[in-house]
Amino acid sequence: MSRRDNRAQLTVPVGPDDHSIGREDAPLTLVEYGDFQCPHCGRAYPTVKELQRRLGAQLRFVFRQFPLTMIHPEAEHAAEAAEAAAVQRAFWQMHDRLFERQFALDDDHLVEYADELGLDSERIRGELAAGTYTANVREDFMGGIKSGVNGTPTFYINGVRYDGGYDLESLLTALGSAAAVAAT
Amino acid sequence: MKQAPDFRLPSGPGQYVSLKELRGKPVILVFYPADWSPVCGDQLALYNEVLPEFAKYGAQLVGISVDGPWCHRAYQDARKLRFPLLADFEPKGEVARRYGVYDAAAGTTQRALFVLDDQGMIRWRYVSDPAVNPGAEGILTALEELKQPGGVHEPA
Repeated sequence: MSRRDNRAQLTVPVGPDDHSIGREDAPLTLVEYGDFQCPHCGRAYPTVKELQRRLGAQLRFVFRQFPLTMIHPEAEHAAEAAEAAAVQRAFWQMHDRLFERQFALDDDHLVEYADELGLDSERIRGELAAGTYTANVREDFMGGIKSGVNGTPTFYINGVRYDGGYDLESLLTALGSAAAVAAT
Repeated sequence: MKQAPDFRLPSGPGQYVSLKELRGKPVILVFYPADWSPVCGDQLALYNEVLPEFAKYGAQLVGISVDGPWCHRAYQDARKLRFPLLADFEPKGEVARRYGVYDAAAGTTQRALFVLDDQGMIRWRYVSDPAVNPGAEGILTALEELKQPGGVHEPA
């Protein structure tokens, strides 16, 4: 009846256009499709930080935009602010700031965060108003849809969708198994 | 490939949608167990975001559950859903039964997707684990196949 695999695959491979942190040749790549206004993503944020701390050079982490704009009205501009920061080489600083200040993501706060991070905040304000990065965000979103993203956050470990819990233990276990597979 | 069973269901207090009215364009039927449950919320929220892509195929999406029209109305408003939710409420689950996706033990519809072509023929169906959000990729693939000449996907 179905042509869908039980475990969806990442259809857009990780590439140079991605926001990526960690070694390119790391044995483990964790991709998150996330929404800065999504409370589940907010809860997963410190967990991912801890994974990065524990796994070190073993892990490359990639973040892709998946804003659910109708239920999270500020998620689209938050995503675009992160893209704008990326152009100013500060994607991860903005990514972290947005999750840490998830309770305040209106445009004025987004611009304030850009200021705090030492970015050209007026430029970002203009880019938000002009929708400069709307298409980039939508491209991430549609790539996610094609890869079977079904909510936020959705994680992929070495290209395979991870359907388990977002707690540290579950993710560590899954990454551990993927590392064992990668080593063989 | 077979003809989708016709139905006429409330889409709100005093309003009705029949499948026949939707003839002439592809139709996506989304059977889901219940308004307000978290997985359904994600699933319908996802389709809400993907509506512009469905629209590129001229497709109309409708959600169907056994919840009543007032419940649907409140849910639709709360989640800003931009597509109709139909109430398979009386007799309960009648339409879901005709489509073979009623879960009598749970008293709800199963989590199931159908893609109909513009003639109302069922071109794709998928029944998901009730706890798993099936996403939108299968629907988009089925809509893409509708566009291919002779590109009939036989539901097994």
